[in-house]
Amino acid sequence: MLEIKCPYCGKRSQNEFSYGGDASVKRPKLEAEISDKEWNDFVYFRKNVRGKHQELWHHVAGCRQWFKVLRSTYTHEIYKTSKIEEEL
Amino acid sequence: MQKYSIFSLIKNAFTNHQNWEVAWKDPQPKKEYDVVIVGGGGHGLATAYYLAKEHKITNIAILEKGWIGGGNVGRNTTILRSNYMWDANGLFYEYGMKLWENLSQELNYNVMYSPRGIINLAHSDAQLNVYARRGNSMRLNGIDAVMLSRDEIKKMIPFADFSFTARFPIFGGLMQPRGGTARHDAVAWGYARQADSMGVDIIQHCEVTGFEVKNGKVQGVQTSKGNIKTKKIGLCVAGSTSLLAEKLNMKLPIESHVLQACVSEPVKPFLDHVVTFGAGHFYCSQSDKGEMVMGGDLDGYNSYAQRGNLPTLQHVLSEGVAMFPNLSRLKMLRTWGGIMDMSMDGSPIIDKTHIEGLYLNCGWCYGGFKATPVSGWTFAYTIAQDRPHELNEKFKLNRFSTGHLIDEKGVGTKTWIG
Repeated sequence: MLEIKCPYCGKRSQNEFSYGGDASVKRPKLEAEISDKEWNDFVYFRKNVRGKHQELWHHVAGCRQWFKVLRSTYTHEIYKTSKIEEEL
Repeated sequence: MQKYSIFSLIKNAFTNHQNWEVAWKDPQPKKEYDVVIVGGGGHGLATAYYLAKEHKITNIAILEKGWIGGGNVGRNTTILRSNYMWDANGLFYEYGMKLWENLSQELNYNVMYSPRGIINLAHSDAQLNVYARRGNSMRLNGIDAVMLSRDEIKKMIPFADFSFTARFPIFGGLMQPRGGTARHDAVAWGYARQADSMGVDIIQHCEVTGFEVKNGKVQGVQTSKGNIKTKKIGLCVAGSTSLLAEKLNMKLPIESHVLQACVSEPVKPFLDHVVTFGAGHFYCSQSDKGEMVMGGDLDGYNSYAQRGNLPTLQHVLSEGVAMFPNLSRLKMLRTWGGIMDMSMDGSPIIDKTHIEGLYLNCGWCYGGFKATPVSGWTFAYTIAQDRPHELNEKFKLNRFSTGHLIDEKGVGTKTWIG
């Protein structure tokens, strides 16, 4: 069981959360000229790191806020969590 | 190579089974090979076997960082099927089913192929319609598919919950009678033994640490047992694909996720088929030892740890108990996890890459085991001929940018929104 510290509610069990994927992926800026490759990279391609991974989680059965988690994909250890607008 | 038969068994009984030949040797790597296969799982071993058998390329090394049979080939739920709707998948896996049917004879190794039939349960009229459509597509592709009524299913799996108070009552189902199971480690050992006998070097405990690429062409690999020269490299490393691709500055449409499976204590014969739950993600069959072999959803977050977490297991098994209420009385014997290479559309990639001599076999998601023979067969063709076979030409790496996704179930890495 993962225990995830929601930046708003504190430590809660994994059951209350849902996963949102790699948080380091940046959506291309809408006003800019965007190539097919940039869209493709954004939608499908991932670094898929083994080790410290920045990811999005959603406290779906709690405060319903999205936030960021720094977690090891190898040991499942959670190092840090932060609000979505903060740097991890 | 010593042939396995009733006679060799009797003959060796006289010497107390002390004089059997080793099934495969344990060589040190040579300086150079024609082809290097990275990953000694089912797919890597099958690729080497078909390269030697079909394409007469025998100067091959298989580099395995662990040991033969220790990865996903020994961690799956052993299910074989080709009940897919899209042509790309249906024709590919059906070719695989034909290879499975003859595999024990071909490898002279009993893979315990058991075509016991796979039943997908439907829990609503709408779901029955979807299954009828898939069944029709399968039959148009020459794959066996039978629609089953509730009463027919009741005769086949009487222990399922047929009450109308069930949260998801059983309305009927789709069956592929030729689907079934095979003993997974026998598949790995059988391919390893035959590949070895044709001259393939199976090098265990040898990790690839880097690649040598010059002017866009493969020159060799760096390993924990020294550098090896080669012009062709085939990557068959499942959940570790992104890690090796990173060494080549490649990013892939893949995420690695942990998928758990489990077996119960052994009980007397209770389930004759492979059965899948239609209102969630759960599948089970009974092994010859009597254990219920069960699996279901991914844990749902990126993971390279070959172990999972209890909440997912609880979720999956609650679906199992909804389907077979008497499963709740069984004790769990073992649970384990394997790392899936989840592609973004849920279908595999078997293709060349932009680097000359580098070939990619990945993206197997939940379904790598059943594909072992056909994946090896088509990947061997792709490596030997330097172009995809028509069976795997749609499993392209660039399909994500061209829009030719093979979205069989509309699930990829984000299975929870599928």
